[in-house]
Amino acid sequence: MNVFNTILTGFKEIWAYKFRSLLTMLGIILGVASLVAMSALVKGMEVGATEALVAIGGLQKFRIEAQPVPAEQRYLQDQAVGLNLQDVEALEANATLYTNISPEMSIPRVTLSANGKNSRPWNCSGAWPVILEVYEHEIARGRMFNALDDEMARSVCVIGTEVRDNLFGSPEEVGREINPVGETININGQAFTVIGLFKHYESEQERREREAAAAQPRGPQTGPARSRGWGGRQGSFVYRFKNNSVYLPLNTARLKLAADPAGGTPNLTSIEVQLVDLSRMNETIQQVQNVMLSTHKGIRDFQFRTQEEWAERIDEFIRNARMSGGTIAGISLLVGGIGIMNIMLASISGRIREIGIRKAVGATTFDVFLQILIESVVVAVLGGLAGLLCAWGLVNIIAEISPTENEPIITPWALVVAFAFSVAVGILAGLLPAFKAARLHPIGALRYD
Amino acid sequence: MALLELRNVSKLYQLGGEEIRALDDVSLDIEGGEFISIIGPSGSGKSTLMHILGCLDSPTRGTIRLDGTMIHDATARQLAAIRNRKIGFVFQFFNLLPKLNVLQNVELPMLYSGVGGRERRERALTALQAVGMDNRARHRPSQLSGGQQQRAAIARALVNNPKIIFADEPTGNLDSHTGTMILSLFHQLSAAGRTIILVTHDPEIAAVTPRRIEIRDGKIAAKIDAKLAGLDRVSPAVPQA
Repeated sequence: MNVFNTILTGFKEIWAYKFRSLLTMLGIILGVASLVAMSALVKGMEVGATEALVAIGGLQKFRIEAQPVPAEQRYLQDQAVGLNLQDVEALEANATLYTNISPEMSIPRVTLSANGKNSRPWNCSGAWPVILEVYEHEIARGRMFNALDDEMARSVCVIGTEVRDNLFGSPEEVGREINPVGETININGQAFTVIGLFKHYESEQERREREAAAAQPRGPQTGPARSRGWGGRQGSFVYRFKNNSVYLPLNTARLKLAADPAGGTPNLTSIEVQLVDLSRMNETIQQVQNVMLSTHKGIRDFQFRTQEEWAERIDEFIRNARMSGGTIAGISLLVGGIGIMNIMLASISGRIREIGIRKAVGATTFDVFLQILIESVVVAVLGGLAGLLCAWGLVNIIAEISPTENEPIITPWALVVAFAFSVAVGILAGLLPAFKAARLHPIGALRYD
Repeated sequence: MALLELRNVSKLYQLGGEEIRALDDVSLDIEGGEFISIIGPSGSGKSTLMHILGCLDSPTRGTIRLDGTMIHDATARQLAAIRNRKIGFVFQFFNLLPKLNVLQNVELPMLYSGVGGRERRERALTALQAVGMDNRARHRPSQLSGGQQQRAAIARALVNNPKIIFADEPTGNLDSHTGTMILSLFHQLSAAGRTIILVTHDPEIAAVTPRRIEIRDGKIAAKIDAKLAGLDRVSPAVPQA
């Protein structure tokens, strides 16, 4: 008997007992569906996390931050200078393994006011124009401040879209895009001219949601306008942080906003160093540390912070999610396989006579073995295919009801793996029943009632 | 050379520590084209003899030559091939597969001998024609009468053009009229030159076969029991072929 005929026989057998076969398949269907759905969810999270990582400028940089003088150097505390522009100059002069160095002076507790509205941005910093590259910023309107603006400490600033929305109104509310370039805003009571607007940062998922919302026709407003609570634009932290930012030239910030009441030069909050090569991270940190220790007279009042920790946390989280989800889905596939084995065993004990007849007319042991095995595999394959369909539905339902920001993504690889698992389960589950059936003696099987 | 040659064949069973001799030193020759009935009381070993002759079982001792092949020590795979090509079985309870229709049942042996789909169908229809069942090809066994089922089973036994047809109580489950029809079918086949071996305990059937072998206590009886062989009947119920 050739394989094609055997498969055909398997299909007939399944078709003859439709309901029983469906129940048998159910385990596999659920197993495959949960495997694919799990992997899609984890993939969605991974993509979201990677997007966010890229949005803050990727892995290829580290940050020098001020830290309290360590305990063993406490007696040198009055010698500690903190981060300042001398460090930046020293690094530019002596370090080699960097592409950009970006000093930053963050102004705490800032209040913006313009257009009769107040707003508190999440981040207001004085910086060099190079901040554009370091934080992956893009100018949508106007221009970035330049070195001249910095040198002359001009009262100019570049704002993110959420700052614009808060002060001038968002396109969603106003119905048109407001260009804030040229407007004057007050930062802590001092007037600044807006010379540029960053583009609106959002994850892929947020972009799609926004576009879908924009595509919906707006009905005429009925009833009084109500506050919708927390404003329209939400989104993950990284993007909001970038959108809710104000940048001004470093010198402007130093002179106008961060002036030390005691008259000293205010310190930088951080220095961002962009690497030449990610693989030379440790070398670069070492080099920077050498320079810094010399300018700081050996006082360790600074620390390095890399994005690798974050990347590792993402990796670990993804690994854990995949592991636990995979285990659960694997167990349900296993249960599905046991279900198949159970039904196949029950089915062959109801078909002993049939097996006897087949053997009497010339079926070999192997023919019978193959027939039962293929029936089991056909059940598993059909279950696997149905499971893939169900997975698609399941993923859509999950995407609909779950509050996760990251849309689940079905990868072809997950489909292939899930399907291969279902076939493997079918083969494993069929082995024992097929072996039992094939071993039956023709006479005993023929006489069996 | 005979078609079937048995030399000193024994079959022993262990049953609860006790040894049972189902066949005891049986030697037998069957020529091609013979029409034979194997008779004997139940438990005499006639079914065991048929199973061994039909390659469903192997003897404990002795040699068997079927159509020039020694089969007493053949592997399961070789036995399956012999059952498939050289032997056709007809059973008391028909043993058609209930989920297949008549045509598919008749095609079954060819499925295992690797005959292509078109030829399989043609040969199955020819075999069904030979037993007068070609108009029922699409019926399920459960839709047929006992006689029709047995005719379908005979078509299945014939379809691979075997050397020998074994029939185990082929009329045992049929009423006498239908049984007569089935028997006359066997006569036709015999007349067409096939070797037919009937296992029966029905004297009326034994009476119509040219040769009878009686098994008693696992041995071939030297003298045929006239009553059991139906020889005491004045006129056999079935016309002689």
